[in-house]
Amino acid sequence: MWSLTDITGRLDQWLNQTFSSTWVLVIEMLIAGVAVIGLFAALGLVLVLMERRVAAWIQIRLGPNRVGPFGLLQSLADTLKLLVKEGMTPSGADKFLFNFAPYIAMMVAMLLMAPIAFAKNFQLWDLNIGVLYISAISSIMVISILMAGWASNNKYSLMGAMRSGAQIVSYELSAGLSVLTIVVFSGSLNVTDIINSQADGWWIFKGHLPAWISFVIFIIAVTAETNRAPFDLAEAESELTAGFHTEYSGMKFALFFLAEYINVFIVCALGAILFLGGWMPFHIGHWEAFNHVMDYVPSSIWFFGKTFFLIFLIMWFRWTFPRLRIDQLLNLEWKYLLPISMFNILLATAIAILGWHF
Amino acid sequence: MFLIKYIKEVFGAIRSLLVGMRLTGYYFTHHKEIITEQYPDNRDTLKLADRFKGEVVMPHDEKNEHRCTGCTACELACPNGTIKVVTKFDITPEGKKKKAIDKLVYHLELCTMCNLCIVACPSDAIVMAPTFEHSVFDRSALTKILNKPDSKIMEGVE
Repeated sequence: MWSLTDITGRLDQWLNQTFSSTWVLVIEMLIAGVAVIGLFAALGLVLVLMERRVAAWIQIRLGPNRVGPFGLLQSLADTLKLLVKEGMTPSGADKFLFNFAPYIAMMVAMLLMAPIAFAKNFQLWDLNIGVLYISAISSIMVISILMAGWASNNKYSLMGAMRSGAQIVSYELSAGLSVLTIVVFSGSLNVTDIINSQADGWWIFKGHLPAWISFVIFIIAVTAETNRAPFDLAEAESELTAGFHTEYSGMKFALFFLAEYINVFIVCALGAILFLGGWMPFHIGHWEAFNHVMDYVPSSIWFFGKTFFLIFLIMWFRWTFPRLRIDQLLNLEWKYLLPISMFNILLATAIAILGWHF
Repeated sequence: MFLIKYIKEVFGAIRSLLVGMRLTGYYFTHHKEIITEQYPDNRDTLKLADRFKGEVVMPHDEKNEHRCTGCTACELACPNGTIKVVTKFDITPEGKKKKAIDKLVYHLELCTMCNLCIVACPSDAIVMAPTFEHSVFDRSALTKILNKPDSKIMEGVE
């Protein structure tokens, strides 16, 4: 059968027969890098178009429908426009930091790609602390935003960056605690182990109450962490023009823009892995016949289906709720999400010890 | 009690968020009615609101007659000098001299559509037209003469 595992296995075999092991490593790293960059470009194009379409439909509009059939080439045209635009650096800006910040945003997004399992046995790096790695790397994102805001030499940029710093540092906590709930249930930080532990049902069904609570908290916290509405205080178009990327133009702006969508994809992929079983098909306990039917759908389709469902969910409430004020934002985190998730992790631990999950 | 109030607040908040999401979800799934105008496509059927203020025009009837007496009330009312009334003197059949307009010059590029000239006009000679496609390649094309050539004042308008 043609599966991603098969293709990569055969490629690896062929490379090993043809080249020495050092060259195989180099070539495979190159292939992985090109594949990640290709996936970035494809995701950027697809997600921007999806976002605009979802936004338009929710607001009873049509959305982009002029470029190409059904407006499918709209984001390609936008990318082309951004590519040929001049990347200005303001004269008062710290040139090195200003030009370096978008690349950090991009590097973070690329590093986050490593432990995501896209299909069965199809993963760049199956490290044993995958979930911890993701939460550790994703907090580097704030450095690029602070760097961009500070180097721009613009008060709006700096305000946006500072807000974003406060926001990401606080929401990291509840995102981490809600991830920890699933780690407690599955007993592992390894992405593969977490997915394999959901072979007889996804954690959102097996973990019942604590899993539901942590799922809701996770979705809220990651929306805040990726700086998307209703938590887009770092950008806040109506107050700060564009926040930390006010001074950016051309391709440097495009990198920030792309990094935002890649981050959305990655947090949704992580949500899918933790709560909805990653590439694991929809299995119910020990119903062998039913589980076999579900196994016929390829695992990559399961993964991308779940991820895009979560992305749609995040887009849905982006276009429904108004933006929070900075004090409301911090209230929500420190007075509601954090106490609830602390209580929730106690509940989850008790349930895991007593074996009350299915 | 504090805790009960807290939990109630959380549930109330989640409920209200779900109400909002249900509405937008309804709009998303019932993608039929579109509230935006598909502008260049529906140019022929485009219907603008009655109170839309696009530019100042002077309506003429089928005998090429307008209602402007040349009183310059609009020129005085205009806050940024958009209108210039150039008057002349007609000779009436009885041999009297009568003031009338030669040209009513309207600078669209200066106009802010504030409607003060229309309010000031004592004889309702000028109105706001619902047009908005004012783009031209040369700025001088925006300076318009509102009365048509050889037009006369309507009978009975003083």
